Amino acid sequence: MAATQRGMKRFYTLFAVVTVAGVAALGYLLTRPASISIPANVTVQPSDTSGFAGYVKGSKTAPVEITEFADYQCPFCQTFATLQMPTIEERLINTGRLRWRYRDFPLQQHPFARVAAHSAACADEQGKYWEQHSRIYEGQPEWAGAGNAAPLFRKYAQSAGLDLGRYDACMKAGKYAGRIQGDYNSGVAAGVTSTPTLLINGRLYRGRFDSDAITKLVDSLTRHASK
Amino acid sequence: MIYRMSAALLSLAGLFISAYLYLYKIGKIGSLACGTGGCETVQWSPWSRVGGIEVSLIGLLGYAFLLAASLLSLQPALGSRRTPSLLLAGLSGIAVLFTGYLTYLELFVIHAICRWCVASAVIIFALFLVALLDLRRLSRTTH
Repeated sequence: MAATQRGMKRFYTLFAVVTVAGVAALGYLLTRPASISIPANVTVQPSDTSGFAGYVKGSKTAPVEITEFADYQCPFCQTFATLQMPTIEERLINTGRLRWRYRDFPLQQHPFARVAAHSAACADEQGKYWEQHSRIYEGQPEWAGAGNAAPLFRKYAQSAGLDLGRYDACMKAGKYAGRIQGDYNSGVAAGVTSTPTLLINGRLYRGRFDSDAITKLVDSLTRHASK
Repeated sequence: MIYRMSAALLSLAGLFISAYLYLYKIGKIGSLACGTGGCETVQWSPWSRVGGIEVSLIGLLGYAFLLAASLLSLQPALGSRRTPSLLLAGLSGIAVLFTGYLTYLELFVIHAICRWCVASAVIIFALFLVALLDLRRLSRTTH
């Protein structure tokens, strides 16, 4: 009987140790700053992409449409977004000659590309997609080398005037993981292998990536279309 | 009693694993400690929910029930009763079948392996085994 009691005492001691260790581990995980991770290769549900085909700026009646497949962590995409896009926007998009469609193509080697794309998608939910998009690209040198980029994206969201409660809930839920994967899959289907890649009126563009080259091309396509 | 003690400890371990996976799924934990990346693929697949309920929540409730049953079975008054062992064997048997189906999905449908799911599968199988051993012990005592 004494042996049984000793055995039970040992068991309850072990049980208590395991319980304390488990609760402590879960408690630690719950209280540490959450590093947001957006899963890759998720199965895209029809609802993920329903009514969505990229983020669009420019007139619906513009004669030329360019679709850009880009990755927020790609240095070339960053240069293009910060140096060339302002001119393209001023010369072509704001004048109704070009419609721009941005689609996510997060490359596997860039650990924060999906989180960045998701952060912009969560901003879109509050009507601030392009504000967050620009801030993320402008801040790339700051966050690309950080251990955890999510707090920086949150800072940009705050400066863009987003409701942070909604933003945090959106990020934690990984709500747009399927939409991002859907964009990526569309890029693969269109033959995209690197970033940035442009599709001009639906055809892969292999020319120069500067505002002058794109302006000439848009001019040429517009003339061709009006003939 | 050693088998029932083992069942309680295994249930407790399974409970913590399910809680970890469920907390991740509801966004309370940023990322999963999973070297292969397969955990996230599995956790975000359409098969991570059954009838609209998270599989990890089903696991959490199942392990909680098994833990309660195994702790109750340790009460001196129930030490030689077959009912607690039958209950443990029945519940863990159902869980083994469900886990087998989930493992099949991981291997042949999702094509990704979540090491935490594997750990849970090992635990539930071991739990089923100790419940059967406990039943055998009781049969020998009776006859």
